[in-house]
Amino acid sequence: MKVHLTRRYLFSASHRLHSDEMSAAENRETYGKCNNPYGHGHNYSVEVTVSGAVDPQTGMVCNLGDLDECVGREILERYDHQNLNTLPEFTDTVPTTENLCQQIYDILRREFRVAHLERVRIEETMMNSFEYAG
Amino acid sequence: MVYLTRKAEFSASHYYHNPEFTPEENQRIFGKCNNPNGHGHNYTLEVTVKGEVDPRSGFVVDLKKLKEVMHSEVLDALDHRFLNKEVPEFATRIPTTENLAITIWQRLEPKLKVAKLHRIRVYETPDLFVDFFGEA
Repeated sequence: MKVHLTRRYLFSASHRLHSDEMSAAENRETYGKCNNPYGHGHNYSVEVTVSGAVDPQTGMVCNLGDLDECVGREILERYDHQNLNTLPEFTDTVPTTENLCQQIYDILRREFRVAHLERVRIEETMMNSFEYAG
Repeated sequence: MVYLTRKAEFSASHYYHNPEFTPEENQRIFGKCNNPNGHGHNYTLEVTVKGEVDPRSGFVVDLKKLKEVMHSEVLDALDHRFLNKEVPEFATRIPTTENLAITIWQRLEPKLKVAKLHRIRVYETPDLFVDFFGEA
Protein backbone atom coordinates (compact mmCIF):
# COMPACT_ATOMS: atom_id res chain seq x y z
CA MET A 1 0.00 0.00 0.00
CA LYS A 2 1.62 3.16 -1.22
CA VAL A 3 1.69 6.14 1.12
CA HIS A 4 2.95 9.67 0.46
CA LEU A 5 4.90 11.36 3.25
CA THR A 6 5.67 15.06 3.23
CA ARG A 7 8.12 16.88 5.44
CA ARG A 8 8.60 20.65 5.56
CA TYR A 9 11.97 22.38 5.98
CA LEU A 10 12.81 26.06 6.29
CA PHE A 11 15.80 28.05 5.10
CA SER A 12 16.56 31.70 4.48
CA ALA A 13 18.55 32.98 1.53
CA SER A 14 19.00 36.00 -0.68
CA HIS A 15 18.94 36.28 -4.44
CA ARG A 16 18.75 38.70 -7.31
CA LEU A 17 16.87 37.94 -10.51
CA HIS A 18 19.00 39.13 -13.38
CA SER A 19 19.87 37.68 -16.78
CA ASP A 20 23.10 38.65 -18.55
CA GLU A 21 21.34 37.95 -21.85
CA MET A 22 18.97 40.88 -21.33
CA SER A 23 19.66 44.61 -21.39
CA ALA A 24 19.40 46.56 -18.12
CA ALA A 25 16.01 47.86 -19.26
CA GLU A 26 14.77 44.38 -20.14
CA ASN A 27 15.93 43.04 -16.79
CA ARG A 28 14.04 45.76 -14.95
CA GLU A 29 11.02 45.18 -17.15
CA THR A 30 11.09 41.39 -16.59
CA TYR A 31 12.07 41.12 -12.95
CA GLY A 32 10.87 44.42 -11.46
CA LYS A 33 12.09 44.98 -7.92
CA CYS A 34 13.61 41.47 -7.86
CA ASN A 35 16.26 42.98 -10.16
CA ASN A 36 17.56 45.31 -7.43
CA PRO A 37 21.36 44.93 -7.80
CA TYR A 38 21.94 44.36 -4.08
CA GLY A 39 19.51 41.44 -3.91
CA HIS A 40 16.85 40.67 -1.36
CA GLY A 41 15.90 37.67 0.79
CA HIS A 42 13.16 35.19 1.57
CA ASN A 43 12.30 32.61 4.19
CA TYR A 44 11.83 29.62 1.94
CA SER A 45 9.69 26.68 2.99
CA VAL A 46 10.51 23.44 1.17
CA GLU A 47 8.11 20.50 1.21
CA VAL A 48 9.72 17.20 0.24
CA THR A 49 7.26 14.41 -0.63
CA VAL A 50 8.46 10.80 -0.76
CA SER A 51 6.40 7.68 -1.33
CA GLY A 52 6.54 3.95 -0.88
CA ALA A 53 5.02 0.98 0.84
CA VAL A 54 4.82 1.07 4.63
CA ASP A 55 7.43 -1.26 6.11
CA PRO A 56 5.44 -3.59 8.42
CA GLN A 57 8.42 -3.81 10.78
CA THR A 58 8.65 -0.08 11.43
CA GLY A 59 5.30 1.32 10.26
CA MET A 60 7.25 3.81 8.17
CA VAL A 61 7.72 4.72 4.50
CA CYS A 62 11.22 5.81 5.46
CA ASN A 63 12.95 6.81 8.62
CA LEU A 64 12.51 10.55 9.11
CA GLY A 65 15.98 10.69 10.60
CA ASP A 66 17.41 9.53 7.25
CA LEU A 67 15.36 12.11 5.34
CA ASP A 68 16.25 14.92 7.76
CA GLU A 69 19.92 13.98 7.59
CA CYS A 70 19.94 13.98 3.78
CA VAL A 71 17.97 17.22 3.38
CA GLY A 72 20.05 18.85 6.11
CA ARG A 73 23.34 17.88 4.50
CA GLU A 74 22.44 18.37 0.83
CA ILE A 75 19.93 21.24 0.91
CA LEU A 76 19.91 23.23 4.14
CA GLU A 77 23.69 23.34 4.56
CA ARG A 78 23.99 24.33 0.92
CA TYR A 79 21.35 27.07 0.80
CA ASP A 80 20.59 28.36 4.31
CA HIS A 81 21.93 31.89 4.86
CA GLN A 82 23.53 32.02 1.45
CA ASN A 83 23.29 34.38 -1.47
CA LEU A 84 21.98 32.00 -4.14
CA ASN A 85 23.60 33.97 -6.98
CA THR A 86 27.05 33.13 -5.60
CA LEU A 87 26.52 29.35 -5.88
CA PRO A 88 27.84 27.47 -8.92
CA GLU A 89 24.43 26.23 -10.07
CA PHE A 90 23.21 29.81 -10.35
CA THR A 91 26.16 31.44 -12.06
CA ASP A 92 24.53 30.83 -15.47
CA THR A 93 20.98 30.17 -14.30
CA VAL A 94 18.70 32.79 -12.76
CA PRO A 95 17.89 31.78 -9.17
CA THR A 96 14.13 31.99 -9.55
CA THR A 97 12.19 29.70 -7.27
CA GLU A 98 11.25 27.65 -10.35
CA ASN A 99 14.93 26.92 -10.96
CA LEU A 100 15.64 26.42 -7.25
CA CYS A 101 12.81 23.91 -7.05
CA GLN A 102 14.20 21.88 -9.96
CA GLN A 103 17.70 22.06 -8.52
CA ILE A 104 16.57 20.75 -5.12
CA TYR A 105 14.53 17.99 -6.79
CA ASP A 106 17.56 16.91 -8.85
CA ILE A 107 19.87 16.88 -5.80
CA LEU A 108 17.44 14.85 -3.69
CA ARG A 109 16.64 12.51 -6.56
CA ARG A 110 20.35 11.74 -6.74
CA GLU A 111 21.16 11.65 -3.02
CA PHE A 112 18.08 10.23 -1.28
CA ARG A 113 17.83 6.53 -2.06
CA VAL A 114 15.71 5.26 0.84
CA ALA A 115 12.29 6.10 -0.67
CA HIS A 116 10.96 7.34 -3.98
CA LEU A 117 11.04 11.15 -4.36
CA GLU A 118 7.62 12.29 -5.58
CA ARG A 119 7.76 16.05 -5.50
CA VAL A 120 9.44 19.17 -4.21
CA ARG A 121 7.28 22.18 -3.41
CA ILE A 122 8.72 25.53 -2.35
CA GLU A 123 6.90 28.48 -0.86
CA GLU A 124 8.89 31.63 -1.55
CA THR A 125 6.33 33.70 0.34
CA MET A 126 2.89 32.93 1.72
CA MET A 127 1.49 34.12 -1.59
CA ASN A 128 3.43 32.04 -4.10
CA SER A 129 4.64 28.47 -4.32
CA PHE A 130 6.30 26.26 -6.93
CA GLU A 131 6.19 22.51 -7.46
CA TYR A 132 8.42 20.20 -9.45
CA ALA A 133 7.84 16.48 -9.85
CA GLY A 134 10.46 15.62 -12.48
CA MET B 1 -15.93 15.88 -10.72
CA VAL B 2 -15.53 18.07 -7.65
CA TYR B 3 -13.29 17.39 -4.66
CA LEU B 4 -14.40 18.44 -1.21
CA THR B 5 -12.19 18.42 1.89
CA ARG B 6 -13.32 18.49 5.46
CA LYS B 7 -10.83 19.13 8.24
CA ALA B 8 -10.91 17.95 11.86
CA GLU B 9 -8.49 17.90 14.75
CA PHE B 10 -7.77 15.31 17.36
CA SER B 11 -5.21 14.91 20.09
CA ALA B 12 -3.70 11.58 20.99
CA SER B 13 -0.61 9.96 22.42
CA HIS B 14 1.50 7.13 21.06
CA TYR B 15 4.93 5.53 21.07
CA TYR B 16 6.82 3.48 18.54
CA HIS B 17 7.99 0.02 19.51
CA ASN B 18 8.37 -3.27 17.67
CA PRO B 19 8.54 -6.28 20.03
CA GLU B 20 10.54 -8.16 17.38
CA PHE B 21 13.40 -5.66 17.73
CA THR B 22 15.89 -5.65 20.58
CA PRO B 23 15.71 -2.65 22.95
CA GLU B 24 18.82 -1.26 21.23
CA GLU B 25 17.25 -1.60 17.77
CA ASN B 26 14.03 0.04 18.97
CA GLN B 27 16.03 2.92 20.38
CA ARG B 28 18.17 3.30 17.26
CA ILE B 29 15.26 3.17 14.81
CA PHE B 30 12.59 5.05 16.73
CA GLY B 31 14.71 7.38 18.88
CA LYS B 32 12.77 9.42 21.40
CA CYS B 33 9.48 8.13 19.91
CA ASN B 34 10.36 4.84 21.63
CA ASN B 35 9.71 6.20 25.16
CA PRO B 36 7.19 3.61 26.49
CA ASN B 37 5.26 6.21 28.44
CA GLY B 38 4.27 7.80 25.16
CA HIS B 39 4.07 11.38 23.94
CA GLY B 40 1.33 13.30 22.19
CA HIS B 41 0.40 15.36 19.17
CA ASN B 42 -2.39 17.60 18.00
CA TYR B 43 -3.25 15.88 14.74
CA THR B 44 -5.07 17.52 11.87
CA LEU B 45 -7.10 15.23 9.66
CA GLU B 46 -8.23 16.16 6.16
CA VAL B 47 -10.80 13.92 4.52
CA THR B 48 -11.25 14.53 0.78
CA VAL B 49 -14.22 13.05 -1.05
CA LYS B 50 -15.07 13.36 -4.72
CA GLY B 51 -18.19 13.24 -6.81
CA GLU B 52 -20.50 15.06 -9.16
CA VAL B 53 -22.46 18.04 -7.88
CA ASP B 54 -26.07 17.05 -7.28
CA PRO B 55 -28.07 19.48 -9.46
CA ARG B 56 -30.89 19.66 -6.92
CA SER B 57 -28.83 20.36 -3.76
CA GLY B 58 -25.65 21.83 -5.30
CA PHE B 59 -23.69 19.50 -2.99
CA VAL B 60 -21.06 16.86 -3.66
CA VAL B 61 -21.91 15.47 -0.26
CA ASP B 62 -24.10 16.37 2.66
CA LEU B 63 -21.47 17.86 4.98
CA LYS B 64 -23.49 17.03 8.05
CA LYS B 65 -23.47 13.32 7.17
CA LEU B 66 -19.74 13.41 6.38
CA LYS B 67 -19.08 15.08 9.72
CA GLU B 68 -21.17 12.48 11.53
CA VAL B 69 -19.26 9.58 9.96
CA MET B 70 -15.90 11.24 10.69
CA HIS B 71 -16.93 11.56 14.31
CA SER B 72 -18.46 8.14 14.79
CA GLU B 73 -15.74 6.16 12.97
CA VAL B 74 -12.59 8.16 13.62
CA LEU B 75 -12.65 11.04 16.07
CA ASP B 76 -14.62 9.29 18.82
CA ALA B 77 -12.15 6.41 18.67
CA LEU B 78 -8.90 8.43 18.45
CA ASP B 79 -9.40 11.75 20.20
CA HIS B 80 -7.79 11.92 23.65
CA ARG B 81 -6.65 8.30 23.43
CA PHE B 82 -3.38 6.47 23.85
CA LEU B 83 -3.31 4.95 20.37
CA ASN B 84 -1.16 1.91 21.25
CA LYS B 85 -3.39 0.84 24.12
CA GLU B 86 -6.86 2.02 23.20
CA VAL B 87 -7.26 1.61 19.43
CA PRO B 88 -7.44 -2.07 18.38
CA GLU B 89 -5.61 -1.64 15.04
CA PHE B 90 -2.52 -0.46 16.87
CA ALA B 91 -2.24 -3.60 18.96
CA THR B 92 -0.44 -5.06 15.93
CA ARG B 93 0.45 -1.96 13.87
CA ILE B 94 2.90 0.69 14.97
CA PRO B 95 0.91 3.95 15.23
CA THR B 96 3.07 5.98 12.86
CA THR B 97 1.44 8.74 10.85
CA GLU B 98 1.62 6.41 7.83
CA ASN B 99 -0.39 3.73 9.62
CA LEU B 100 -2.78 6.29 11.06
CA ALA B 101 -3.65 7.47 7.54
CA ILE B 102 -4.21 3.88 6.37
CA THR B 103 -6.26 3.03 9.47
CA ILE B 104 -8.46 6.11 9.10
CA TRP B 105 -9.05 5.25 5.43
CA GLN B 106 -10.01 1.68 6.36
CA ARG B 107 -12.42 2.91 9.03
CA LEU B 108 -14.07 5.55 6.86
CA GLU B 109 -14.19 4.02 3.39
CA PRO B 110 -16.77 1.25 4.06
CA LYS B 111 -19.01 3.62 6.03
CA LEU B 112 -19.02 6.47 3.58
CA LYS B 113 -22.21 5.87 1.69
CA VAL B 114 -22.59 9.50 0.71
CA ALA B 115 -19.52 10.07 -1.49
CA LYS B 116 -16.38 8.40 -2.76
CA LEU B 117 -13.33 8.75 -0.56
CA HIS B 118 -10.37 10.24 -2.44
CA ARG B 119 -7.65 11.06 0.06
CA ILE B 120 -6.82 10.91 3.75
CA ARG B 121 -4.24 13.45 4.87
CA VAL B 122 -2.95 13.39 8.45
CA TYR B 123 -0.73 16.14 9.83
CA GLU B 124 1.25 15.03 12.86
CA THR B 125 2.82 18.49 13.10
CA PRO B 126 2.68 21.43 10.67
CA ASP B 127 5.99 20.13 9.26
CA LEU B 128 4.95 16.53 8.65
CA PHE B 129 2.00 15.01 6.90
CA VAL B 130 1.03 11.77 5.18
CA ASP B 131 -1.36 11.18 2.26
CA PHE B 132 -3.11 7.89 1.53
CA PHE B 133 -5.21 7.40 -1.60
CA GLY B 134 -6.36 3.81 -0.96
CA GLU B 135 -4.91 0.51 -2.02
CA ALA B 136 -5.11 1.06 -5.79
